[in-house]
Amino acid sequence: MTDRDQSLARVLAIIEPFNKKGIEVDENTRFAQDLEWDSLTVLDFVASVEDEFDVLITMNMQAEIETVGQLVDSVETLSADK
Amino acid sequence: MNDLLAKFDPIIEQRETLLSTGLTDPFGLVMERVESPTVAICNGNRTILLGTYNYMGMTFDADVVAAGKKALDEFGSGTTGSRVLNGTYQGHKECEAALREFYAMDHAMVFSTGYQANLGIISTLAGKDDYVILDVDSHASIYDGCALGNAQIVAFRHNDVDALEKRLKRLPQETGKLVVLEGVYSMLGDVAPLKEMVAVSKAAGAMVLVDEAHSMGFIGENGRGVAEAQGVIDDVDFIIGTFSKSVGTVGGFCVSNHPKFEILRLVCRPYVFTASLPPSVVATATTSIRKLMHGGNKRAHLIENSKRLHGGLKELGFTLGTDQPQSAIIAVIMPDLETGAAMWQALLNEGLYVNLARPPATPAGMTLLRCSLCAEHSTEQVAEILGKFAIAGRATGCIA
Repeated sequence: MTDRDQSLARVLAIIEPFNKKGIEVDENTRFAQDLEWDSLTVLDFVASVEDEFDVLITMNMQAEIETVGQLVDSVETLSADK
Repeated sequence: MNDLLAKFDPIIEQRETLLSTGLTDPFGLVMERVESPTVAICNGNRTILLGTYNYMGMTFDADVVAAGKKALDEFGSGTTGSRVLNGTYQGHKECEAALREFYAMDHAMVFSTGYQANLGIISTLAGKDDYVILDVDSHASIYDGCALGNAQIVAFRHNDVDALEKRLKRLPQETGKLVVLEGVYSMLGDVAPLKEMVAVSKAAGAMVLVDEAHSMGFIGENGRGVAEAQGVIDDVDFIIGTFSKSVGTVGGFCVSNHPKFEILRLVCRPYVFTASLPPSVVATATTSIRKLMHGGNKRAHLIENSKRLHGGLKELGFTLGTDQPQSAIIAVIMPDLETGAAMWQALLNEGLYVNLARPPATPAGMTLLRCSLCAEHSTEQVAEILGKFAIAGRATGCIA
């Protein structure tokens, strides 16, 4: 597994408990449209990702992230910058 | 032509569905006459007001009204100008002096509304490379202030001290940080753990701004708000407030002890590029603020009202936003928008006005009937209010 694959696996594991509708998730899954998360779920999910990777994902960044794959890319970049 | 208003179709549809049930538009109520801080005539009916934020009932105070009339006679109906050009009259300076005295702070800046105070101060303090760390349930004016300043925004879970601390620790040490908190959150009426939050913010090298819109005049020994009540007011860098609640008119302000504070008057766009408050408004505000310094009895009665209403509603079987009354706001949680709207209508028919609050203004997609008490509500009125809640609650099936 590459580092990115590992990050993806970790993100998918965090999504799992929030995925109440049991939607099949891959890199192209969109948070708003496909998972239909409300703002509070998004906040809790983002906090879990932040804690897992020890990074900070600002609301400005969140606005640019639509898919699972984009989130993994952002987390990778943020972790590399540390 | 691409219709730019098409994006609002879902809201138009939701409204039409709701109104087709015969409901009075909850967002289009007209007060035909206002008799006092607690009673108005709506749709021809005498209606008790329980959703005005007129906490201290200053709107009909004889001294306040007299001061407004005098200023109207002596200074005219408006300033027609910016505070930094022709819009600063003697009255504006007197108003700022009253605020400095009320809060025992060195500086005070009066804005045309509370919304503009948050918009102006937050956007001016926190620029593009700075961070604003805010509670996710913050008021719209706080979010809009962040957007106007292009700051980096970091949200933390409502009233969660650990979540705030964790996020502060992840921020780069050398960047500018502004932690924005509210004393009382207006949707559920809950109070922030400011003592702990201000401590972790200061430890992280952040500046702290507290919006005390819903606490002025009745929380804290001198009515300076939750920061005073929890003993941390000296560690707060900026306090934002409003004249449209306890003070009983319109306007907003920021008070601070920061030695460079006065420069904000020249660089804060929502302060510079708008007309100042009319002389009558600042005169009523000044008189009201000075009277609020000595409002001990009213304060005690307001808190008593809040306890009585909270206890009574709980006893009737309603679900409330807080287990204990924490402020002068009591939020009744409704199961959904339809039931909430029906209950709102039933209360109005009984002659009681409360605020129907719904997403996106509310947290977690909740529909709320938000009640705000006034020091001028009599004990009998609170009993009457509870009676109306009982009737409407049973009629709509909210309570057994």
